[in-house]
Amino acid sequence: MANKKQPVSSLLGMGPIEPDTSGSSRINVDNTERIWSAAGGALLATYGLRRGSLGGLLLATLGGFMVYRGASGYCPMNKALGRNTAEPKSDDKAMDSIEIAKSLTINKPRKEVYAYWRQLENLPQFMFHLSEVQQLDNKRSHWVAKLSDGLLAKTLGTVEWDAEILEEVKNERLVWKSVADARIDNAGEVRFVDAPNGQGTEVHAVIKYRPPAGQLGGAIMKLFNPAFEEMIKQDLRRFKQLLETGEITTIEGQPSGRKSEQQPGKKPISEQAKVDEKHESAML
Amino acid sequence: MKALCYNGVGDLRTERVPDPTIINPKDAILRVILSSVCGSDLHLLNGYVPTMREGDIIGHEFMGEVIEIGSEVKNLKKGDRVVVCSILGCGECQYCQSTQWSLCDNSNPHAWIPEKAYGYSPAGIFGYSHAFGGYAGSHADYIRVPYADRGCFVIPEGLPDEAAVFASDALPTGFMAADLADIQPGNVVAIWGCGGVGQMAIQSAFLLGASRVIAIDREPDRLRMAKEISGAEVLDFSKVDVQEALREMTGGRGPDRCIDCVGMEAVSEGLDYYYDKTKQFVRLESDRPIVLREAIMACRKGGTVSIIGVYGGLVDSIPMGAAMNKALTFRMGQQHGQRYIPRLLEHLQKGELNSSFMLTHKMSLDQGMAGYDLFNKKETMRVVFAPQ
Repeated sequence: MANKKQPVSSLLGMGPIEPDTSGSSRINVDNTERIWSAAGGALLATYGLRRGSLGGLLLATLGGFMVYRGASGYCPMNKALGRNTAEPKSDDKAMDSIEIAKSLTINKPRKEVYAYWRQLENLPQFMFHLSEVQQLDNKRSHWVAKLSDGLLAKTLGTVEWDAEILEEVKNERLVWKSVADARIDNAGEVRFVDAPNGQGTEVHAVIKYRPPAGQLGGAIMKLFNPAFEEMIKQDLRRFKQLLETGEITTIEGQPSGRKSEQQPGKKPISEQAKVDEKHESAML
Repeated sequence: MKALCYNGVGDLRTERVPDPTIINPKDAILRVILSSVCGSDLHLLNGYVPTMREGDIIGHEFMGEVIEIGSEVKNLKKGDRVVVCSILGCGECQYCQSTQWSLCDNSNPHAWIPEKAYGYSPAGIFGYSHAFGGYAGSHADYIRVPYADRGCFVIPEGLPDEAAVFASDALPTGFMAADLADIQPGNVVAIWGCGGVGQMAIQSAFLLGASRVIAIDREPDRLRMAKEISGAEVLDFSKVDVQEALREMTGGRGPDRCIDCVGMEAVSEGLDYYYDKTKQFVRLESDRPIVLREAIMACRKGGTVSIIGVYGGLVDSIPMGAAMNKALTFRMGQQHGQRYIPRLLEHLQKGELNSSFMLTHKMSLDQGMAGYDLFNKKETMRVVFAPQ
């Protein structure tokens, strides 16, 4: 049944834009090499993290890089060196993009909703998987994501990319695409439409991304995709909460009889709490 | 502080937990003065609501004193004696602004759970499982109240705590049941269930113009209160055939309005109880809609069935043919308390409604489990905890 599903973007007549096939959605590492890289990297990362010293941290970072290289099949060093150890044909073999679509209605005027979103620095306020967005100029921006999985975050570090606004119609729509060599190639469109009878603004968001290439990358992304999708939906719900009520609805930091949550001096809305909440939503 | 925590089906424990703090600017912290048990807590306690976690503080019907307010709280001040609506509404979304508060878009931080089960998420509720937000409940010394300006109502001077506490849930729920039933002057109203909500629905039906109210239950004490205090004619379903009795008592027409104040854990004397109980046990059905079926059958042609008793999931064998061919109207929903509470506090103060009689047992938080045992066995109308 799922295979027969028409993409929501085509239903809404939006999101014809496809993410580039640069960076991680290309394979330039041979399969055998990838498996060894991933396995060796995991060992190194574990060993490094156990040692805990600065040397250990360096080992862990290197291990993390190797895991990423193995999982994605993409090695920036190979790219820089013009080296490609993958099968001859796989150079132009990119993964199909995965689409996430979510619409909701916000009880605020279109101008106001658009203005808040267009100020891209605002996005991490409600997109808890982002730690920072920096506007480089009017069209280009730099994005830094946070990884919800603690171990993955330790090994991979941050995931960053630059994006470019391709189309902008004030108070109506924004189309963007990540620029070449993004760690995760992505593209998207957000549309702002007046809801009937003055019920505020309909926000339609379509995000497309190419998972890191190859079977290994695909398998990993398949595992992550439902969590990622849920995360995007939670982000948009928080956007609505923030615009309508001025705050983000939460129970993080409230009392319970669970001993694990009773750490004295724990700040209710600390970064930690945000990570926890995100993790909770990611577990769905 | 002390709080009554869920620890598994039929297992409540009074525990030491951290005090609540202001988390968001529109929060307030209350010292809980009175916190009542509610029939819907039994669904949690008896394991019919799947998203409870060990350590959750339960309780949602309460009143208390404001002791701290967030930076964005405008209408409250420290020392205010307030009653709090059991269901949270942000006040800003389309639903809240059209006074359908229990459909609030923003007050459930776990909206994704009901979205999977119901399509869209209703509002958050205090102490009522993670599907409804996972908010810490009121059976505690203190409670955090989000959107405090919207959910807290200052209790008029002279109205005692024991009457005001029920303006949190039982009274607005019962009143909404009568309001949804769209009672016209002279209507005969049948009400299933004579617990707290049922009693309030009986009184509200009279307030809205019913000429007669026929109340149905089998607990002698509850039937006595329905008759002597709330003013209904009563039927003991363990002793009479309800369908026949209602038909004969209404000159063969049937009641104009039927109100279900029971919901998913209904009991009956007949075979249908065992039918539903068995299907529930093997998870083919989550709710026992015995009262709903009865109400549909009993309702006169062209009448209205109002459903305020809580249903959670799936029901079987609803006589849809009867409903369709008799052209019935169905109205239902969780209470939109914020719409009704100011008006109900006035009715209470003027003596047009009587709620304090429902407080039959006052206990300390330490007696939490004992209180719920008593309530589960229906040996009390309402146990109310007085934390300090």
